[in-house]
Amino acid sequence: MAKVPIAPDFIVERDKDKCISCQVCCRMCSNDAHVYDRERDQVDTLSGRCVGCHFCENFCPTGALTVRQNPSQIRQNANWNQQMLTWVAKQAETGGVLLTGMGCDQPFPIYWDHILLNASQVTNPSIDPLREPMELRTYIGRKPDRLELAGGSDQGKGARLKNKLEKQLVLQTPILFSAMSYGSISLNACKSLAWAASEFGTFYNTGEGGLHRDLYPYGANTIVQVASGRFGVHMEYLKAGAAIEIKIGQGAKPGIGGHLPGEKVDEEVSRTRMIPVGTDALSPAPHHDIYSIEDLRQLIYALKEATRYEKPVGVKISAVHNVAPIATGVVRAGADFVTIDGLRGGTGAAPTVIRNNVGIPIELAIAAVDSRLRQEGIRNHASVIAAGGFRTSGDIIKAIALGADAVYIGTAALVALGCHLCQRCYTGKCNWGIATQDPFLTKRLNPTIGARRLVNLLRAWSLEIKEMMGGMGINAIESLRGNREALRGVGLSDTELKILGIKPAGEAW
Amino acid sequence: MKRIVIHEEYCMGCRLCEIHCLVQHSKSKQIIKAYKGEFPKPLPRVLVEEQGYLSFALQCRHCEDAPCLEACMTGSLHRDAETGAVICHEDKCVGCWMCIMVCPLGVIARRREGKKAASKCDLCAGEKIPVCVQHCPNEAITFEER
Repeated sequence: MAKVPIAPDFIVERDKDKCISCQVCCRMCSNDAHVYDRERDQVDTLSGRCVGCHFCENFCPTGALTVRQNPSQIRQNANWNQQMLTWVAKQAETGGVLLTGMGCDQPFPIYWDHILLNASQVTNPSIDPLREPMELRTYIGRKPDRLELAGGSDQGKGARLKNKLEKQLVLQTPILFSAMSYGSISLNACKSLAWAASEFGTFYNTGEGGLHRDLYPYGANTIVQVASGRFGVHMEYLKAGAAIEIKIGQGAKPGIGGHLPGEKVDEEVSRTRMIPVGTDALSPAPHHDIYSIEDLRQLIYALKEATRYEKPVGVKISAVHNVAPIATGVVRAGADFVTIDGLRGGTGAAPTVIRNNVGIPIELAIAAVDSRLRQEGIRNHASVIAAGGFRTSGDIIKAIALGADAVYIGTAALVALGCHLCQRCYTGKCNWGIATQDPFLTKRLNPTIGARRLVNLLRAWSLEIKEMMGGMGINAIESLRGNREALRGVGLSDTELKILGIKPAGEAW
Repeated sequence: MKRIVIHEEYCMGCRLCEIHCLVQHSKSKQIIKAYKGEFPKPLPRVLVEEQGYLSFALQCRHCEDAPCLEACMTGSLHRDAETGAVICHEDKCVGCWMCIMVCPLGVIARRREGKKAASKCDLCAGEKIPVCVQHCPNEAITFEER
């Protein structure tokens, strides 16, 4: 059979009347989709090379470019769509596993869009956050079973706390930046996250890529990750962070390890990860020293010993079918926080079939884990951080009302840095200077601008969360945490409502 | 005085500074008209220098001890009392090109359009911030008091 050419995903339309042949598009496209023809003094576009990152469209000074989905359509077929055909054609051509980046893009139900928030009317006054104090401060870590007070008068005046509190992470807003490794993203992207986290008073996570020496000064706002590949893990690294996270699974690819292609391993990445230049960084699917909760306990306590019990140690798992019992096991193993990464969590590289088909939505996982930990009476032993596909402050406040202590944002943070979700992170050709190590591309992300935009995003979302809390008559995020009466479901089945632990819209207290 | 400061580590080499500089110094000041309707096109007064992945936008530094001011025999090149910028008075310029010869940075050129005169950065007289700085998408050039 003849070779079947694959139809381009995108069509780049060029308005000839507006195009001034300035060649900004030619210079900027890392996929060489725009080519200047000197003889005709015209720019031609090879749509087949376009990945849909919209960099050229954003940079064209006359607005002559439009990147559109290719309108070419196969005969309508509910079973076989264009994408399926493209996948089969690509695999028939290459014989390889299809790779992709970012989170699951399949039309699974998004429960956030089926959950509604409450507001105060008449019987309980709402609060105006611009006039009255609102508390978003969040503490991540193990809380005591009960508070014991000593001394003080009959009214409790002058009493002091007898409990010795475990070390807590203090967040000024219940939002953290997800684990994204240096290597998968550029140093400038890491710097943007680190600067923004330290300016706003929250945390970013190193992922499994180690900590670049330029980022040590931001250690107080860093969560260092220990993953199955143990890349870049050494004593100084563990000491540098404010907390340690053991990564068992990732929402985008539960059950499999990581893969950083050799092209992205340059001098600096190699030094930080402690691997040779140009070699693929493959982290194994399991931790080879963890095959049970007892083994996990050993690693948690080994890390706690190593850091003299000065730092909270958490465990990140992906949201899978048994997430609730696994989470209780993790908490009983001694984790100070559990991170749950849902179906729509992002990645720099994952097999498409795994990203699209493995895991469960984060909404159900948060509710299941929170309920199970409460049933077992160990909810206070660990904080729950949810991750995977938070798009707006509305999603975040719903996650907190479902029972999460805080949320990790990854994709949203990258979008703030310019990402247009073209899902080609694994190629290392990111035009926005985020998921690349190419020196021509990394300099496109100015961390001063990046950090400013991230701080703006955190500020805006925090203000919105305060507004919504005020509307509900709540003045501290602590009062909303796990408060599922603040939520109602629309268009959900009884089973889904039961798992989410919320009432259907229309049903009063 | 306020100067254009270069941050070469963030210059991505898109050359939008050159494009907007050209438009600013065109007759119409409209991008499509300047490119498609004005011949000869004016020259941009900023040039992106490139070698490998290093690039930066270079325009007249408006030197404190400017050799072009010394070399100008008609006095057409002069320092603006208000902004401190080195400006070319086009009516006085006779096109002897001595300024081009002495400029250590090569940021003065011959005008392509209109009268025979030197073409150089004027810090966009009349604009609060020069257009190259305004339009740099990555803040690789900034306008700061130095």
